[in-house]
Amino acid sequence: MMKTEPSQIAKQKSSTRELTFSEAIREALTQSMAANPAVYIMGEGVPDPKGIFGTTLGLREKFGAQRVLDMPVAENGMTGVAIGSALMGMRPVLMHQRVDFALLAMDQMVNNAAKWHYMFGGKLSVPLVIRLVIGRGWGQGPQHSQSLQAWFAHVPGLKVLMPATPYDAKGLLISAIEDNNPVIYFEHRWLHRIFGDVPAEMYRVPIGKARTVKEGADLTIVSTSYMTLEALRAAEILAKDGIEAEVVDVRSLKPLDTEQILASVRKTGRLIAADAAWQSLGFASEILASAAEAAYKDLKCSPKRVTLPDVYAPSSPAIANHYYPRAANIVNTARTMLGYPEQTEVEMGIKQETPLDVPDSSFTGPF
Amino acid sequence: MTPEIRKKLFYKMLRIRRVEEKIVELYPEQEMRCPVHLSIGQEAVAAGVCGTLTPTDVVFSNHRAHGHYLAIGGNLNAFLAEMYGKATGCCQGKGGSMHLVDLSAGFMGSAPIVGGTIPVAVGAAFGAVMQGLNKVVVVFLGEGTTEEGVFHESLNFASLKKLPVVFVCENNFYSVYTGLEERQPAGREVYALAKAHNIPSFQGDGNDVEQVDQMSAEAVERSRRGEGPTFIEFKTYRWREHCGPNYDNHIGYRTEAEFQDWKAKDPIMRTQKMLLESGEITAAEIEEREGAIAAEIEAAVAFAKTSPFPEKPTLFQHIYAN
Repeated sequence: MMKTEPSQIAKQKSSTRELTFSEAIREALTQSMAANPAVYIMGEGVPDPKGIFGTTLGLREKFGAQRVLDMPVAENGMTGVAIGSALMGMRPVLMHQRVDFALLAMDQMVNNAAKWHYMFGGKLSVPLVIRLVIGRGWGQGPQHSQSLQAWFAHVPGLKVLMPATPYDAKGLLISAIEDNNPVIYFEHRWLHRIFGDVPAEMYRVPIGKARTVKEGADLTIVSTSYMTLEALRAAEILAKDGIEAEVVDVRSLKPLDTEQILASVRKTGRLIAADAAWQSLGFASEILASAAEAAYKDLKCSPKRVTLPDVYAPSSPAIANHYYPRAANIVNTARTMLGYPEQTEVEMGIKQETPLDVPDSSFTGPF
Repeated sequence: MTPEIRKKLFYKMLRIRRVEEKIVELYPEQEMRCPVHLSIGQEAVAAGVCGTLTPTDVVFSNHRAHGHYLAIGGNLNAFLAEMYGKATGCCQGKGGSMHLVDLSAGFMGSAPIVGGTIPVAVGAAFGAVMQGLNKVVVVFLGEGTTEEGVFHESLNFASLKKLPVVFVCENNFYSVYTGLEERQPAGREVYALAKAHNIPSFQGDGNDVEQVDQMSAEAVERSRRGEGPTFIEFKTYRWREHCGPNYDNHIGYRTEAEFQDWKAKDPIMRTQKMLLESGEITAAEIEEREGAIAAEIEAAVAFAKTSPFPEKPTLFQHIYAN
């Protein structure tokens, strides 16, 4: 299993244990459900023996079948059901095991959940959390691996979160459940088994705040979700040549902490936006646009995007290997910016001990 | 049905008709700058169904919602002000005719995406049950909605969980300009769809307010007893164009003769005739009520017209709840 480089992710509380990302989510759900009887969780497979990658294991035993529900295979209809229950005072957490499945529910998410508060003049709101899992690797292919965060973040009225660490996974989920708005909460499948320090108490990570995970003077890497880990690896590699990268984990795509991101860009003068989603009209483009508009005179060179190419994830590992951006892509983008020659992964000291279609050697599929 | 209830339903229908006729009259001024989907001809469904509800029950509706909003007791001033895009409107000018709300009357909201409010209504019933609230939820839908996937998803879940929801389908035979025969198979009635979900399902005359009242009352009581959802298809007819104040029988998608047939079945005249013939009402009483309704509408129009428009900063209000 991987660890989220605790040397770089500073401890924030004293009463911490190490938990996996999945365990942190489960703890957030457990504490939120215990704290408020209006909270319930629903999704295809929520109470099944796998328990949504472990995130819902044991919840039905603790809180009963009324509050921990499986559901019909009806993503759009059940999103509407969750919205209706929220209008009546419940606080649903709806779950889809892949982002791709949620596309069936875009009508309810965008036309109803996002707008209900606005279009009825603020009379009611929709406290709703929708957990979406981004798949990757092990042949997930074109319909089990999409990273569509930009779609959701484009819509006013939705909040969009992408935690990258167990600490944020718990704190942001608790904040999301307590928020009075619809919140889309993205979990990258490759993060579920990373572990890191998580306080035992019920704490909140504020929505709308980025976090500077590592400070540095030479360039800013703005990253989302799993790309934050790749950014941290890249920063370590760059440091060997004395290049000090600052890594800003976005955490909340909407509302976006433009202030903190721009403050870093103004300090370093160089910007890489790393987002494992399609490049065109994507979230990385939004970061570059913000910098171009508000920090143009501070930029020492053109800002760059490290993203997925505008194609679908193929199933075969032989070509999927060329699809996903990794630390090496960030490193070479940074080196070019700073006038260094590009390096091979071997020169960077990256050892490929495990195949590139799994997050770590303990991962043996099928998903 | 007692004469008092019959009269009440008659007055309720009459008031809806007169409000919408006022919209017809004023719409050409182009001050109500939003699409309007009038329910003239369909008032018996709104009045009959809403008459069976108690104050704790709630209603969801669709794009053709004026009648439902008024029948459940939605505020008339706030309704007309919303039509005029005023700050005093029920949605403070954010919604217009297609988005109405009056929580104090139990009108939870109407929205124009076909089928969009059906699962939300089912979810409201689900949420009410989870909280132990004694609440029946009514959702008004058109027959076109029964072609949407989300309609079936909603009925499946309502049946699965035996939720206290009444699906009221107003079958007016047209989705905009497209007739039922181009959209649904011949020989399969709309109400039969709900039976496939094991939901008690019935078909009635949507222009007979007494029948609407009776069938709805049974459905509402079934839900209140905890016996789950009911589906009722009421056949009825919209007199005016799909969207707007005019008649459109001349444009070719339906015939003048078909319209005249349905006009002869006017739910309001039908009830009025019955009340007059049975002596349960006098012409003088009707005249008096007409006067009262006209005065109420005039006052509401004046309120709407003289109300202020929303201020610019309100554009940015209510994107997120606190």
